[in-house]
Amino acid sequence: MMLELIVLLLAGGVVAWQSERFNTNLPRWIAMATVILGMLLLLSTISGIPADTFNMVTEPSKAENWLLYSRHEWIPRFGISLELGMDGLSLLMLILTLALGAIAIVSSWNEIEFKPGLFQANLLWTLTGVIGVFLALDLFLFFLFWEVMLIPMYLLIAIWGHENRGYAAMKFFIFTQVSGLLMLLSIIVLAVQGAGDGDISFSYGDLLGSAPTGKAGMLTMLGFFLAFTVKLPGFPFHTWLPDAHTQAPTAGSVLLAGILLKTGAYGLLRFCIPLFPEASMQFAPIAMTLGTVGIIYGAVLAFAQSDFKRLVAYSSVSHMGFVLLGLYAWNSLALQGAIMQMVAHGVSTAALFMMAGALQHRLHTRDMNRMGGLWYNAPRMGACAMFFAVASLGLPGMGNFVAEFLVLAGLFAVSPWMTAAAAIGLITAAIYSLWLMQKTFQGKPDEERKLQDFDRREMGAMVIMMAALLWLGLYPQPVFDLTQPVLEGLQPLIVNVPETLAGNIPGGTP
Amino acid sequence: MNEFVAIAPLLMLALGATAVMLQIAFLRSVRLTAVVATVSLLLASASCFYANDTAPLQVGALLQADTYSLLFCILFTLAGAVTCVLSLDYIQHHGDEPEEYFLLLILATLGACVLAYAVHLASLLLGLELLSVSLYALIAYPNRSLLPLEAAIKYLVLSGAASATLLFGFALLYATTGTLHFSELGTALEQSDMGAALPMAGAAMILAGLAFKLSAVPFHLWTPDVYDGAPAPISGFLASVGKAAVFVVLLRLFLEANLFRYERLVELTGLMAILSMLAGNLLALQQTNIKRMLAYSSIAHIGYLLIVFMVCLDLSNRDIAIEAAAFYLIAYTATTLAAFGLLTLINEKRVEREQVQLQHVSGLFWRQPMLAGLMLVALLSLAGIPLTAGFIGKFYIFSAAVSGSNWILLAALIIGSGISIYYYLRVVFYMTKHAEEHKDAIELSPGWSGKALSCLLIASILVLGIMPQSLIAVLGSIL
Repeated sequence: MMLELIVLLLAGGVVAWQSERFNTNLPRWIAMATVILGMLLLLSTISGIPADTFNMVTEPSKAENWLLYSRHEWIPRFGISLELGMDGLSLLMLILTLALGAIAIVSSWNEIEFKPGLFQANLLWTLTGVIGVFLALDLFLFFLFWEVMLIPMYLLIAIWGHENRGYAAMKFFIFTQVSGLLMLLSIIVLAVQGAGDGDISFSYGDLLGSAPTGKAGMLTMLGFFLAFTVKLPGFPFHTWLPDAHTQAPTAGSVLLAGILLKTGAYGLLRFCIPLFPEASMQFAPIAMTLGTVGIIYGAVLAFAQSDFKRLVAYSSVSHMGFVLLGLYAWNSLALQGAIMQMVAHGVSTAALFMMAGALQHRLHTRDMNRMGGLWYNAPRMGACAMFFAVASLGLPGMGNFVAEFLVLAGLFAVSPWMTAAAAIGLITAAIYSLWLMQKTFQGKPDEERKLQDFDRREMGAMVIMMAALLWLGLYPQPVFDLTQPVLEGLQPLIVNVPETLAGNIPGGTP
Repeated sequence: MNEFVAIAPLLMLALGATAVMLQIAFLRSVRLTAVVATVSLLLASASCFYANDTAPLQVGALLQADTYSLLFCILFTLAGAVTCVLSLDYIQHHGDEPEEYFLLLILATLGACVLAYAVHLASLLLGLELLSVSLYALIAYPNRSLLPLEAAIKYLVLSGAASATLLFGFALLYATTGTLHFSELGTALEQSDMGAALPMAGAAMILAGLAFKLSAVPFHLWTPDVYDGAPAPISGFLASVGKAAVFVVLLRLFLEANLFRYERLVELTGLMAILSMLAGNLLALQQTNIKRMLAYSSIAHIGYLLIVFMVCLDLSNRDIAIEAAAFYLIAYTATTLAAFGLLTLINEKRVEREQVQLQHVSGLFWRQPMLAGLMLVALLSLAGIPLTAGFIGKFYIFSAAVSGSNWILLAALIIGSGISIYYYLRVVFYMTKHAEEHKDAIELSPGWSGKALSCLLIASILVLGIMPQSLIAVLGSIL
């Protein structure tokens, strides 16, 4: 199923690209159909898996414990294989990816006039790369997807972006590529020294527990950490993000914020920490400090922006700080919080970027000083914006609240002071989110302004995202059930290391 | 008899050269000449498989036929054939008597193949001079414009100095050991009681002479001017075959004469590697002329390749180092040929053909989607992005350097690669500019042969990048 899904999206991209020769409306329909087909493929496969498999604790090094697992020989010289595996965490991420992919297509439904076929193709190819990242279990294969997804994203920004797209696209690519090369170096170091005198292997299962110790382990771990934190993005490697988000076309921003950032968090959770338990735990205080600084710094900068998209972009830096905190606190509460934050932030930020794109499409500006009182002109947009703004600030009842609450609750057991500092982020989030609403939709309306309100297509997408956030906020248990076995499989890898922060903390199930 | 079979590719090329010469004497037709030349190059390539049955076999004192030499013979003859096809449209518009161009091309390829076979300093010199002398003439072939002439003179003069240095090095080695054969050199140096100073100086001079041909920093100063001035297909040939052949023979010399015993000398190659990676990439950043940019980037690629010499210092890592070098050379040759070939096609109907500025490719994606798409793949391969041959090559170099724990070289490699992304992507960015932004655009009408060929090259880059297993298996057998 997993290979089929990847091939389906890849082929869908090619078909969508070529279809623009016949009709310029065709590509978006084909892209939509491809994503829906992918979703159906995914759902039909998981419905075929016996229900109790979902509760089985996944031991990452054992093939039979994955929900789905496949392995084909590829480059035997280096022990590289096409090894794909899906567990609850990957499944959750796949659903998020495909759902947000569909949202991205909807959000750019009428926006793209230049080469729509190639645009949709690049969208689908980005999704392909991301899905590959979430499924790959061979580190070489993982790196391959990690790099390959950059190219269509680069093209999306460079071709269909806004006024300063060349700079933004280049910055995005160089940041991720250079940090990616460091990760490649770490991957090879890990594989070469993990092999010892035996055969070299890049398989996740084989490499678990073979990390070098001491300083070498720390340096190798840093290669991974850097690549993932750049993507996340964590302070101080976030500077590419405001540019890339602001300059990208709407669908590009939705994909970037909704999915691409999550690949960084996923990489930390799946690879960086489990592969290097000792080094990660030594590094945890620094990582958590970076997370806390990111939360506050991102929030402060968000408040200083007058560009709608830039504000949302900096708020992402702030929210991703919670993910970093949750991951390095490494107990069940915090980890569940981090995963929930990945999903909830994906949805709420995607919605906000879609809102920004809709406003830019209508007003031809992202400058909030030139907005104000838009609720009067477009009440439906106002209501949606209000909903997602309060979701983003963490109002109880929405997924984001559950996520941030869990991270803070889990973190408190590890480091109360850090928790106190991070909690400031909740207040600052309220400030910039409400400020955003005040500057754009509230205030004195311009009665002359003609503003087309959301149509049915856009409303539909918004309602789906609202429902998702409410569901995550009011009944998050299914998500926890899905990922709990994964976490139970991963956590022992670290607890066995003595003198760690996490070792002393009894993990609880929410 | 077996000896003749073993050097069948060389004989084939010599025969091809004679055939072309005769054909020109009786009938001047550039199309026919191109066909004869291409066919003889392809036949030479095919004969390598035939010759492989007798390998390994020493032919006289000068040549050694083994899988290593035959593999690179195939590469060089195929590259020669590709250059032939790419040149056809180009040379018809340049030079009064275009037929001899193909004769020179066969001779240059023959020189490269001799280098692949060489196990003796005499055959090294023979091959090198055959390659270089043909290249002087090829560079200056469009004799109606000044730039190629300037380039050829520059190459000629500096190349002469390099050959002199090389010969001096040979003399020093001969003075200490009394032999010119690679492996006999190795044993003689082992037993020599004259101290290390003299042979090491000799080896260093040989290294310097060959590094000039490789255009490794600090012997690189000629590169951008010559690449810029030469016809684009010849720049591609010079950058790919011209360098790969020299690298192949340098590696064999170091291995068979075991020059790795001089640790200082090997450290010099490490230093050259670092300088080439950094200087090549930094200077490429400054260029707005795509040919010059590719010239500087080829300097950087030689820097990546030179890393393997440091890795070879440790005997246990020698296998992966040689494998890495071989794979990288093949990937680099295919990619460079593709990049320069596409540049030729992009250039096609321009009066001042050698000026490919960045703004000339502006919007190419929308005017010539196929060419631009192919160029994108070639550039990504040069940058080492996954799914291309360039990435597997870089992965090999990374693995080799990690096995050898050469952290400083790896750091330079990462920094260099990071810089290189910028200038490769800049070309991509120009190619994707919107239609109204390119007023200074060039009109294109490439012939079908060039198009088909570049598709083939790009396909091979992708195949090597996605399914490298079979080539890796072959490389495993050369050790």
